[in-house]
Formats: sequence, C-alpha cells, structure tokens
Amino acid sequence: MVTIPALAQVAQVGLDLEGSFELAMRSLGLSPGAAHLLWLPLPMVLVLVAAVVGVLVNVWLERKISAAVQQRIGPEYAGALGVLQPLADGMKLLFKEDVIPARADGVLFTLGPVLVLVPVILSWLVVPFGQNLLISNVGIGIFLWIALSSIQPIGLLMSGYASNNKYSLLGGLRAAAQSISYEIPLALAVLAVVMMSNSLSTVDIVNQQSGAGILSWNIWRQPVGFVIFWICALAECERLPFDLPEAEEELVAGYQTEYSGMKFALFYLGSYINLVLSALLVSVLYLGGWGFPVPVEWLAGWLGQSVDAPLVQVITASVGIVMTVLKAYLLVFFAILLRWTVPRVRIDQLLDLGWKFLLPIALVNLLVTASLKLAFPMAFGG
Amino acid sequence: MTIASTTQLICFVVLAATLVLGSLGVVLLPNIVYSAFLLGGVFLSVAGLYLMLNASFVAAAQVLVYVGAVNVLILFAIMLVNKKENLEAIPGLALRRVLSGAVCAGLFALLIRVAFVTPWPLPGPEPVGEDATIRIGEHLFSDYLLPFELASVLLLIAMIGAIVLARRDVISSDIATGDPVDQGLIEKERTPLLLDRTPR
Repeated sequence: MVTIPALAQVAQVGLDLEGSFELAMRSLGLSPGAAHLLWLPLPMVLVLVAAVVGVLVNVWLERKISAAVQQRIGPEYAGALGVLQPLADGMKLLFKEDVIPARADGVLFTLGPVLVLVPVILSWLVVPFGQNLLISNVGIGIFLWIALSSIQPIGLLMSGYASNNKYSLLGGLRAAAQSISYEIPLALAVLAVVMMSNSLSTVDIVNQQSGAGILSWNIWRQPVGFVIFWICALAECERLPFDLPEAEEELVAGYQTEYSGMKFALFYLGSYINLVLSALLVSVLYLGGWGFPVPVEWLAGWLGQSVDAPLVQVITASVGIVMTVLKAYLLVFFAILLRWTVPRVRIDQLLDLGWKFLLPIALVNLLVTASLKLAFPMAFGG
Repeated sequence: MTIASTTQLICFVVLAATLVLGSLGVVLLPNIVYSAFLLGGVFLSVAGLYLMLNASFVAAAQVLVYVGAVNVLILFAIMLVNKKENLEAIPGLALRRVLSGAVCAGLFALLIRVAFVTPWPLPGPEPVGEDATIRIGEHLFSDYLLPFELASVLLLIAMIGAIVLARRDVISSDIATGDPVDQGLIEKERTPLLLDRTPR
C-alpha cells in the first residue's frame, strides 16, 4: 500500500542512499522498521525544501526580469543583486497581522488557502529529477498530478465564499471556472503524450524520450500538444495573460482581497510553486526531462567510461538534476516575458479560447497522434 | 505488529471516521455550503480508502471526477443562487424527519445484515496493483463496452439538456412569418430579457 520512497537510489549497483542510510541506522542499534521510518520523511522534506527554495529563486527572477523588461534595475540593496529580496518579502508576510474579517466565515477562510497549497505540494511526488531521483515512481504518475490539481478550485471557491466580499466571491468563481475549463485540454494534451509512451509514469515518459538526445524529445513529435499544454498550464497557474481571477481593475485582488499575512503567503507560495511545477512537468513531458541534449551514455562511451562506475553515476545524476532545473527555469523565464508582453484577455475571450479553440484542437491532436501511432509505430511509440 | 500494518490501521481508522462523520454532516448540517464542502471531504476519504485497497487508478479517478468535477459543480450551483432567505416552515416537519430517519435506519439495518450474512471469500483475490490501469482499459473496451458507450450517450443527453435549459437568446418570433413563437416548453413566461432577433 504505502509506496516506498526511493529518492536518490541513484543506481542499482553503484549508489544506494536508502540502503546505506538504513544500514547506518541499523548499526546504531535500530530495528529495520524504525530505520525505514527514519528514512521515509527525508526525501519528502528535501523536496519540500527544494520547492520553497525554488519559489524564492522564482520571486527574485520575476522581479529582476520584470525590471529588465521595463528597463529598470529592480531589487538591488537586499543582498548582492537583490537576491535576499524574496526573503525580505517572506519575512514581511510572516510578521504581518493575520486578519480574519469580522463577518467572514473563520473556518472556511482558514481552510481555503490550505486546500489551494496542499495539492500543489503533493504533486511534487511524481516530479523526477533522474532515473530514481523522485519521491515515488507511482504507476499512475502524471494522472495523479491531474487529479490533484482538480482539488484546487474547491479551495479557491472556499476562500472566495468565506471572505464575505463580492469581489472575492466573483474572483473565486472565475478562478474555479478558469481552472475547470483549462483542465480538459490540458488532460487531453497529456493523454497524447501518454499514448506515445504507453505509460502514465513520469519516469517512463522521460525514458521514452531518451533515445537520441534532443532529437527524440517529445516537442518535435507533439508541437501542437506542447503549445496547448503550455497555454493551459499558464491558465491553471493564473499567470498574466490569464490572471483574470485577480484582475485589479475589475476585481481588486479577486479571491485574495481579504487575505493578509501568512494566509496570503500561502496563496502566493501556492501560485509560485505551481508555476515551477508546471514548468518542470512541461520539461518532463516535452523536453526530455533530465536528459542532456546529447545522451550521457554516448558521452561516457566516447570518453571510454563505464556507465555503471560510481563516479560516472554521480556525474550523470548531477547533470540530470541540472538539466531538469535548467529547462524548468527557462520556461519560467518565458512565462515572465509573456507576462510583460501579452495583454490580459477578457473573461469571455478566455472561456472562448478554452472551449472553442483549445478543446477541439486538443481532440484533433489526440486523434492525429493515435493515427500516427498506428501508421508509424517506430517513431510514435508502438 | 509491524510498523506498516500499524500505519495502515491508523490510516483506515482516520479515513473511516472522516467518512462517517463527514457524511453525517452532509445530511444533518443546516448550512448547505458546509454540506457541499463536507461532501468534498467525504469523496476524498473514499479515494483514500481506494488507495488503501491498492487501487491507485480508481482513487485518482475518484478525486478527478467526484471532487474535481461533481463537487465543484455543486458548489458553483450553490454559490450562483445563494440567497439568504428563511424558508417557510413545512407543516409536519417533525413527523417527516422521523419517517425519513426510520427509512434510513431500516436501509442501514438491511446493509448491515447483508454485510454479515454474505459468505465473503476471504482473503480476497490478490490486488493487481499498478497493472490495474491496463486491466481497466481492457475491460472497458471488451466485455464492458456496451455500458461504457451507454454511459457516454447518457452524458451527451445530459449535456444537450443543460444547453437547452441554459440557452436564453431564443428567437421570439418566427423568421419567415413574423408570428410569435410559442416557447412555453422552453421558457416559463416570456420575459423582456429575450433578444429580439427579427431581421430588419
């Protein structure tokens, strides 16, 4: 039942962090069960820390790139190049008074942000940084992410309703409508990829793209799917062309209007973790995940090294992590550029785009992928 | 007792407790919004129970369909028509409550009896685990094909019905003759909200 986290079980032969950790704990006189229990939280905490640090980096990038786009300097005094600015932001939110409006519904008001944040963090369960570098290689992999992200609208509706404010309620309803509308083309785009790799597991999806380096990445076989997925991911994250739920001119700050302090910080954290997560998943689904543009096995072969040697294993794993993060942050960069390039769409345009354009295109893409898979099983995964 | 089975037991007790208390709350709470949110919690704990039975695909589908679609739509419906009004007292409310309570208790007793009388083959078949996705797919497209297709037809009918009910900009007069069209079937009464689409 409880799947065994196997983060950093880098290789079957070379490095086995879980095994050596449990061995060390057992040599301290603990039972195997207790040693395993001590191991269990470690990968989860590591990924949680990685997600939060990713948010800090993201906030800093957002400020710096936005400033560069507008020919400003951006944060400058907090640390070198303003790298400590996100920390300062976080501290400010932490020390702010936690206000619950007088006529608001206290319980739902508190539960809302939690319900928005928790599914996003849970989804990090399936993000792979290497062959065995993920918390759990569950068989339903990418489907788990789709299912979990469908919980978010409930949190949004909850906070919108509980705030007892018309702008909040409208913002919450809009956010939920947007989230539901864009989930469908998103799932269809994912389905086309899944069809090609014959598996829902994120690790299998990346492995299926690892044949010939950059040439075998899914983006060449699924260009339409890639664009659909990216648009829908931006809409799910409420990034700027689609940030209607909090359109300032119309809705003040949408469902976040009444929130301050740590509860607002949860929304803030949730949206940025979601952005990084979406970028990571785009890189997993379409950009070869942890794969280097030239397969690492070829490089090791040219250098006359065995792929199974421990040192090569460590280097491969590091390259994998760096490549995953690099691709993800490249996509985040594009998202920030888009933010300052494209104007916000109107709510009816948003729904039209989702239902009348993206959904049919995604269906056609799925159909074409299926027929291509039947016609050319070599190239499209038989 | 190993750590794994203890964890399993604790998870089961917690999930079962949330399930029972949550569903009682759904039925008994006077505030309909609370009921709807609690229903989401109930669906989630059912998904947790599926997960404990090694049916991860069914669990994820449960979350996606029931929490992500059904419950969100229920909430939408409640929030779009949420009018704070005091409903007038129904005559004989106490008697109605007693009656429905008795019916529910009878059903519950029946289910309990079924659960205890049926000779369950224990232990059940080996869980297939991660292969379940493939198995479900095979069944859906072979021996369960007809129910599967019928379900999709049902969904199509529901969708068309929803569109007919929600559509407001119906043409109020016949284009060819100019006579007013009887829309009693679609609209309860003709309101001035209807768009005048007569060609000029």
